[in-house]
Amino acid sequence: MRIFKSILRKLKLGGVFYWLFGTLITLIFAFPMIFMMVSSLKPDQQIFVDLKSFQAFIPAGDVSIQNYENVFKQVPVFTFLLNSAVTSAIVVALGLVVNSLAGFALSRVSWKGQGIVLGLLIAMLMVPFETIAIPMVYLVSKLPWVGLESGSLIFKEGMMNSFEVQILPFVASAFSIFLFVQYFKSIPKELDEAALIDGASWFTIYRRVIMPLAGPAFATCAILNFLPIWNAYLWPIMVIQEENLRPVQVGLQYFFQMNVQWGEIMAYTTIITLPVLVLFVAFQRAFVASIASSGVKG
Amino acid sequence: MTQLKSGRPKHRMSALKRAEAHFGRLAILPALILILVFLVTPTLLAFGLSVFNARLVSPNPPEFVGLDNFSRLLSVDFRVIDAIKDDAGHLLKDEAGAFTFPTTRAIQTGVDILHRKGELLSWTIDGGTRKAIILAGDPLFWKSLWNTTIFVLIVVPIQAGIALGLALFVNIKRRGANFFRTIIFIPVVTSMIVISILWLFMYQKEGLINSLLSSFIPGYVPVDWLGNPDTALGAIIFMSIWQAVGFHMIIWLSGLQTIAGELYEAAKIDGANAIQRFTNVTWPGLKNTRIFVLITITIAAFGLFAQVNVMTKGGPLDSTTTLVYQAFLAAYGRQQMGYGSTIAVVFFVIVLVVSLVQRFLTRDKD
Repeated sequence: MRIFKSILRKLKLGGVFYWLFGTLITLIFAFPMIFMMVSSLKPDQQIFVDLKSFQAFIPAGDVSIQNYENVFKQVPVFTFLLNSAVTSAIVVALGLVVNSLAGFALSRVSWKGQGIVLGLLIAMLMVPFETIAIPMVYLVSKLPWVGLESGSLIFKEGMMNSFEVQILPFVASAFSIFLFVQYFKSIPKELDEAALIDGASWFTIYRRVIMPLAGPAFATCAILNFLPIWNAYLWPIMVIQEENLRPVQVGLQYFFQMNVQWGEIMAYTTIITLPVLVLFVAFQRAFVASIASSGVKG
Repeated sequence: MTQLKSGRPKHRMSALKRAEAHFGRLAILPALILILVFLVTPTLLAFGLSVFNARLVSPNPPEFVGLDNFSRLLSVDFRVIDAIKDDAGHLLKDEAGAFTFPTTRAIQTGVDILHRKGELLSWTIDGGTRKAIILAGDPLFWKSLWNTTIFVLIVVPIQAGIALGLALFVNIKRRGANFFRTIIFIPVVTSMIVISILWLFMYQKEGLINSLLSSFIPGYVPVDWLGNPDTALGAIIFMSIWQAVGFHMIIWLSGLQTIAGELYEAAKIDGANAIQRFTNVTWPGLKNTRIFVLITITIAAFGLFAQVNVMTKGGPLDSTTTLVYQAFLAAYGRQQMGYGSTIAVVFFVIVLVVSLVQRFLTRDKD
């Protein structure tokens, strides 16, 4: 920033150095992705020939969408994409409701036991997911649960191999609740009092007063919940064995293990990365703001 | 009359208070139930399972084994053993001319197979006639702890440092800054599995990294980055930093933007040069950000798993195995929930102690 600027100004070469350094950064951070996308369009033989030159980054030569056709022929990628999309969407939607309500309860109304719940949440912030992943597999394999079997509701043991096992554990998040608590605290308390005098219920205050004012907090929570679910790996490889329930990342792992065609693997990775990249570029500001706000509390 | 007047609002107030408390409890309920079931219970269960020999699928109910899992995981033993002698008392030599030693199994006769230890480290002493040997209940645990520690010690300072440098760079108010920020951030939103497979491809002996290096460095000899025990962990470290550095760049950036511009102006008027302005304005201004970056990178680095599972499976020669990977192998690969939970508990204690020490060292001394 300023330091760089003044160094550059002294060298009287500011512009040149700025753009040189910028180009270098772009190359370092972009070349693997460009290589991935370009390679997905080439047969393996072409990929390995092109490795020897800068052809590796240029979609030239024997270019086709053959790899993509082969991927769709070999594995149900659409099913995987749909599974991940449905799972992420439900986690994000439920997460917004559940966590914002909890944040509201902890920041704008007072009730006995609030302190205990808050303390519990702070303690839970310290537990890394890696610690609870294994006992949680045991838990979800033993937990009494309901399921559908030939059209009728039955009680069964465990919820392995289901959508709910990919959704329920990730809806409530201590971190998201704190984000909401912090945001809601910055909204003046007088708004609630005014609404109460007008005879509004607490739910109306949450829904009609606070929610419209807390857009950024909702966006942040949605983004921070979406990424880990779309990119989830450790959890689904342990609890999902059935192919028709597989999310994209686990599907990739299986596809990678059975496949030796690098072009096809690159096509698969491109297919599952593009949706996130498109979302990221479209909502870039919100993404960056959400990551930034996750650090401010430090 | 006055009594009635003051009594009524009071009554109404308490009804309002009750409604407020009622709504509060109702609103927290869904989150509280989910957190109790899916966070608190597994946390307690990790400790609970660690004293049982529970398996994921087993006809027998789990048996209480006390601290057996912990002693198997953590026990170490130091021995000095003599080289094997023949009946006449002469030291035996193998074809290469070195003295021979009994196997780790032979020196543990009488120990049942479950409690037999494996060799962790050994070295010869007294001119090769004796061997010092460190035995461990689970040698892989100590290797994982070592690898994970190396990973954390290298990743934390380098990733934090590069992220700060990049944040200073993209904070320059110039055209292109936004573009550079976006490019650096792209690996962060990409999944670790995609990135691991992509880099696995590029790290091959015939891969892109070697071909790029050989076109820049004359006489370069291609390295099998992930197939060589000396380079595999380094290759994973490089890739991991590349992937995650954008995340912490954004955190630093948000810290930089909280520092008031007037402070820099004042420092400039006082004649401070660029480096002085950094050490006297920027660095102190980033105190809270610094602590946050330090603690979050440390916790994330301890959790190293996906890269290893995709790229190396812990190899070659266990040079990339990690704590979380070992816990995963025990619990999922061998279905030993109890032992896997024991590793998870030890992992939790290590991470907790390290982050508490970090908090203590970075606390406000005023």
